[in-house]
Amino acid sequence: MALTPKDYQQMSQEASPPSNTLKNATMAFLFGGGFCALGQSLLELLLARGMERDEASALVSLSLILLSVLLTALGLYDRVARVAGAGTLVPITGFANAMSSSAIEFRSEGLILGLGAKMFSIAGPVLVYGISAAALYGVIYYFIL
Amino acid sequence: MNLFALLKAFLVGGSLCLLGQLLIDRTKLTPARILVAYVVAGVVLGGLGLYQPLIDFAGAGATVPLTGFGALLAKGTREAIEEMGALGILSGGLTACAPGVAGAILLSLAAGLLSRSKDKP
Repeated sequence: MALTPKDYQQMSQEASPPSNTLKNATMAFLFGGGFCALGQSLLELLLARGMERDEASALVSLSLILLSVLLTALGLYDRVARVAGAGTLVPITGFANAMSSSAIEFRSEGLILGLGAKMFSIAGPVLVYGISAAALYGVIYYFIL
Repeated sequence: MNLFALLKAFLVGGSLCLLGQLLIDRTKLTPARILVAYVVAGVVLGGLGLYQPLIDFAGAGATVPLTGFGALLAKGTREAIEEMGALGILSGGLTACAPGVAGAILLSLAAGLLSRSKDKP
């Protein structure tokens, strides 16, 4: 049986799962919100013990980074990410996961150009453009102040 | 524990992630581009003074997503300029994000050294 491109398109459309936009968005919302709520509960715990807000906020970030690297090293973060999508990408845990998973994956290519360099394959651009944008803002703020 | 604050953090943080998911599903943006876009958006919003109200409202719901990282860069730059003048343009951002970045670097190094990628799915 000869297939025209049109037939093929129809067949592949029938065979592929229905668009999961709604499900993906819901999962991202729930997991991302969950990470933030976890951060918030830790933040309140630290504030209640008399820690300053900036310091407490930095400690919350560090704790989530630690959690993320641990889950990544155990191979669990990727499994959650497959369900949670952007819910595991957008929080600071996603940044830490990008770094640690690259570090683990490229360890076999050596300590310098493997682990050391590839660690920044995703985190690098974030730092480059984040810090550049901040410096640009600094210039504007300094001269227009 | 303030349940209302938890709820606000959950809703705001969740919404920022939902937006990211829609960007992944509906546009051709790769995850790396989304991370960059979120951080730069955070710098811009933080610089314009629009992000701090969201942090005041949602706490970790605004600081944990990467837009909060960007807003922290902008805040650090502003504070460093007020403290030490022009040098702060360059030192502020890195100083503000140093604990998180250095922590992530050290932990990732440790993870890379200690775990094997063979059993990765």
